[in-house]
Amino acid sequence: MPADLPILSIIIFLPLVGALFIALQRQDDAGIRNARNAALWTTLFTFGLSLFLWFNFETGTPKFQFVEKYSWIESFNIFYHLGVDGISVLFVLLSTLLTPICVLASWDAVRERVKEYMVAFLVLETLMIGMFCALDMVLFYVFFESVLIPMFLIIGVWGGQRRVYAAFKFFLYTLTGSVLMLIAIIFIYLQTGVTDIPTLSKTSLPRDFQLWLWIAFFASFAVKIPMWPVHTWLPDAHVEAPTAGSVILAGVLLQMGGYGFLRFSLPMMPLASDFFTPLMFSLSVIAVIYTSLVALAQIDMKKLIAYSSVAHMGFVTLGIFALNIQGIQGAIYQMLSHGIVSAALFLCVGVVYDRMHTRLIDRYGGLVERMPIYAFTFMLFMLASVGLPGTGGFIGEFLVLVGLFKVNTTVAVLASLGVVLGAAYMLWLYRRVVFGSLTREDLKLITDMNVREVAIFAPLILLTLWMGIYPTPFLQIMDASVANLINQYQSALIVLDNVAIPGK
Amino acid sequence: MSQYQGNKEDLIMELSNIASVIPELFLACAGMSLLLYGVFRGDAAYKAVSWLTVVAFVVAASLVFLGEGRSTPFGGQFVTDEFARFMKCLVLVGSGLSVLMALSYNRREDMARCEYPVLILFATLGMFMMVSANDLISLYIGLELQSLSLYVLAAFRRDSVRSSEAGLKYFVLGALSSGMLLYGASLIYGFSGTTSFDSIQAVIVHSGSPSIGLIVGLIFLIAGLAFKVSAVPFHMWTPDVYEGAPTPVTAFFAVAPKIAAVALFIRVMTEPFGAMIAEWQQVIILISVASMVLGAVAAIWQTNIKRLLAYSSIGHIGYALIGLAAGSEEGVRGILIYMAIYLAMNIGTFCCVLSMRKGTAMVENISDLAGLSRHQPLVALALALLMFSMAGIPPLAGFFGKLYIFLAAVDSGLIVLAIIGVLASVIGAFYYLRIIKVMYFDDPVDELERPVSIELKIILTLSSGFVLLFFLAPGPIVQSASAAAKVLFAG
Repeated sequence: MPADLPILSIIIFLPLVGALFIALQRQDDAGIRNARNAALWTTLFTFGLSLFLWFNFETGTPKFQFVEKYSWIESFNIFYHLGVDGISVLFVLLSTLLTPICVLASWDAVRERVKEYMVAFLVLETLMIGMFCALDMVLFYVFFESVLIPMFLIIGVWGGQRRVYAAFKFFLYTLTGSVLMLIAIIFIYLQTGVTDIPTLSKTSLPRDFQLWLWIAFFASFAVKIPMWPVHTWLPDAHVEAPTAGSVILAGVLLQMGGYGFLRFSLPMMPLASDFFTPLMFSLSVIAVIYTSLVALAQIDMKKLIAYSSVAHMGFVTLGIFALNIQGIQGAIYQMLSHGIVSAALFLCVGVVYDRMHTRLIDRYGGLVERMPIYAFTFMLFMLASVGLPGTGGFIGEFLVLVGLFKVNTTVAVLASLGVVLGAAYMLWLYRRVVFGSLTREDLKLITDMNVREVAIFAPLILLTLWMGIYPTPFLQIMDASVANLINQYQSALIVLDNVAIPGK
Repeated sequence: MSQYQGNKEDLIMELSNIASVIPELFLACAGMSLLLYGVFRGDAAYKAVSWLTVVAFVVAASLVFLGEGRSTPFGGQFVTDEFARFMKCLVLVGSGLSVLMALSYNRREDMARCEYPVLILFATLGMFMMVSANDLISLYIGLELQSLSLYVLAAFRRDSVRSSEAGLKYFVLGALSSGMLLYGASLIYGFSGTTSFDSIQAVIVHSGSPSIGLIVGLIFLIAGLAFKVSAVPFHMWTPDVYEGAPTPVTAFFAVAPKIAAVALFIRVMTEPFGAMIAEWQQVIILISVASMVLGAVAAIWQTNIKRLLAYSSIGHIGYALIGLAAGSEEGVRGILIYMAIYLAMNIGTFCCVLSMRKGTAMVENISDLAGLSRHQPLVALALALLMFSMAGIPPLAGFFGKLYIFLAAVDSGLIVLAIIGVLASVIGAFYYLRIIKVMYFDDPVDELERPVSIELKIILTLSSGFVLLFFLAPGPIVQSASAAAKVLFAG
């Protein structure tokens, strides 16, 4: 491929082309079949293209790569500026990997308004990838918030019983956080005259501004990630969303919050990040322990996994605000592995839900007798979620804990408590659903996973094991960017401290 | 002519005066001839008169485009500048599309009388006067010409109690607000000794601190103008008139008169009273906050879509007033962009409302939209886009409108106002989402009647396309708005 090809734009907008094609299909059986196929091939092709990023990514430099920059709103100095560094390229890959899996997972499960469903997913993919590639704050905000539109429709149209409530809650919670971030973005723009993210990462703002701006960004990312106590939209959204919706929600949308902290809060507001670290630690520790306890009490499988998501994301924020190389690498690793593992767990729930149409834990038991392949898959991801060595979850949690021990032992010990609780609720869930004796009449005819379902899980299984056994390629890619992030952060603290003292 | 024979200079002066008001003169002549034509041909000519009105608007638009620079003909009573031209174009688009949108409705609902387009034309002429007023007297003349046409339009379906009631209500409250405005104007005249905007400005700048009488007069003037833009606390007429007036009339009310009144508001505040910003800024902030909050909260319980849109327009005016409160060139630019986008969103939305029909009767309840996404997916998609845009969700146009407004507010240090604004927009998002919910999430009830008439389809496509694709090239509108805002702050 030629070097000047706008590869990122192509990856971003290819799904949109697919969506247009699907939208033009007729509303009959052939049209629906076309819609499914077109969605699958578009997403697979997009994934293939994004592998090009993986192979051609130059490690060892924190620079943004595959950069594209065109003038967008000239009078305001706002650019259509794209590029990926060692952090965002991994999230782009995560998004492009999960979308074809979502399409496959919805193959039979979604029977109503298939065309619209596929269009919504493809549009969602465009917006997600765009968000991770955006290097201009306004462009970032546009992508970040437009994600709400397709997700609102996916939950609301194809969701469960209380879908309307869940969709509204999701939308309004996230919007409330985002609009405050918008004011902060405007403020930064007016202070500095640019909205360019790489430039702003090197600019230092006065301390008083940083504190307020940090709070505004925090409002947005904390809702998105989500942190206790603004996490309550997540269990509702997860429970009501269709399986694929939960997969994207847990796999990619939550990571947007963590990514936001890494991209904005740390580099642009280092002093404020330093100031608010105790707050982040407290909230995250509460999230890890409290939501793990809540998860223990759940009777709905999806809700349990949703709460486990909140707990895992608590680890992510702990890692990010440990502010050392292990902590941040662990946090990113945890986000990636959480993206895959919790997505897979939601798919596991989806497999039995498609057969039995219930998510209540009580309604299951002894599945291992009829579904050995399923039992194996579920076990693998359950253990990955617990953080068993050899799976991706272990590396992330381990690095986060190492990073944490370096800065705050108490927090690290409390966070480890969360690991134990995590093992408790996951193992207990697994025992109740898969083990025990198969006593229910309707379960006696349940069938094991079919070829399509195996095909969905196979790449996820391989990836989880790969991430657990040989994490080097992933760490290598993010290494330089993370190191750069930390260096900038440290030097900003030193410089600004020196400036601040004579001022007082 | 004879009086000028001895004085060539006067003749040239008079001609150049006339040259500056050619669009207005043209509209006046067109209105009168169309009225005559309509009277002679009777109501059979409704369609022809409507289309001729649209043609007149197109011609007027090109005449507006021909003008350039700033001129203040007729002894400074009147002003044409970049700002006036921008606003006049918006007004013409709004008026012209309203005439087209009414075509099929009026024929179906037995309202196809040729006074209808002519009244819109005269109202538009009044708006031109408002936009170009440079004197308290020409301000009042423009305002009344517009208002009187609107009162009649609101009561246009004279056999319907609702419509007559709407017209009467509008008239009584409108007269009251005109009274306040006049009282304010007389105070201003009394304390400054002039009605001309330029002279008032000079008086204020020279006097240093404005006299208390001038401030009181200004407050009364603001009250009158706030009524015309339907800002809280002078908004009470809006929901009733919107609901009672025939739907195409409501569509017209929602766009063109609002734009003209906002233009007048901007000019009065920034040109003659620009130096008194310290006095009026707090008032504007107050009515802006009140409008945003009330527009967002009160709309939540509405079941009638026209009432809901009335509250929505109150909210939108609240956002536009943020730009005015900023009192800067950026603020005015923000308002101009906002009003352009507001125009597109409202025109599109009213196209959908106008196509809501069951059997032979028009329906206006939000619940009648249930399941629209199933039997008319394209209309539902367009309306959903417009609703998301009204809620200010990117990448749709409404977001950019809000972005420029908040940018100006933060730039002027009104951060708290901006934060209240964005939070109100979250509350507002709730009821816009409710419409989408009804269309997409609810099960279909009885289908709405099809087909939607062709002109509505085209206008709906254009407006939702504008809303969806605005982000691709915001340049032209932003630039002309910048140029328009600049002239107000040139001096």
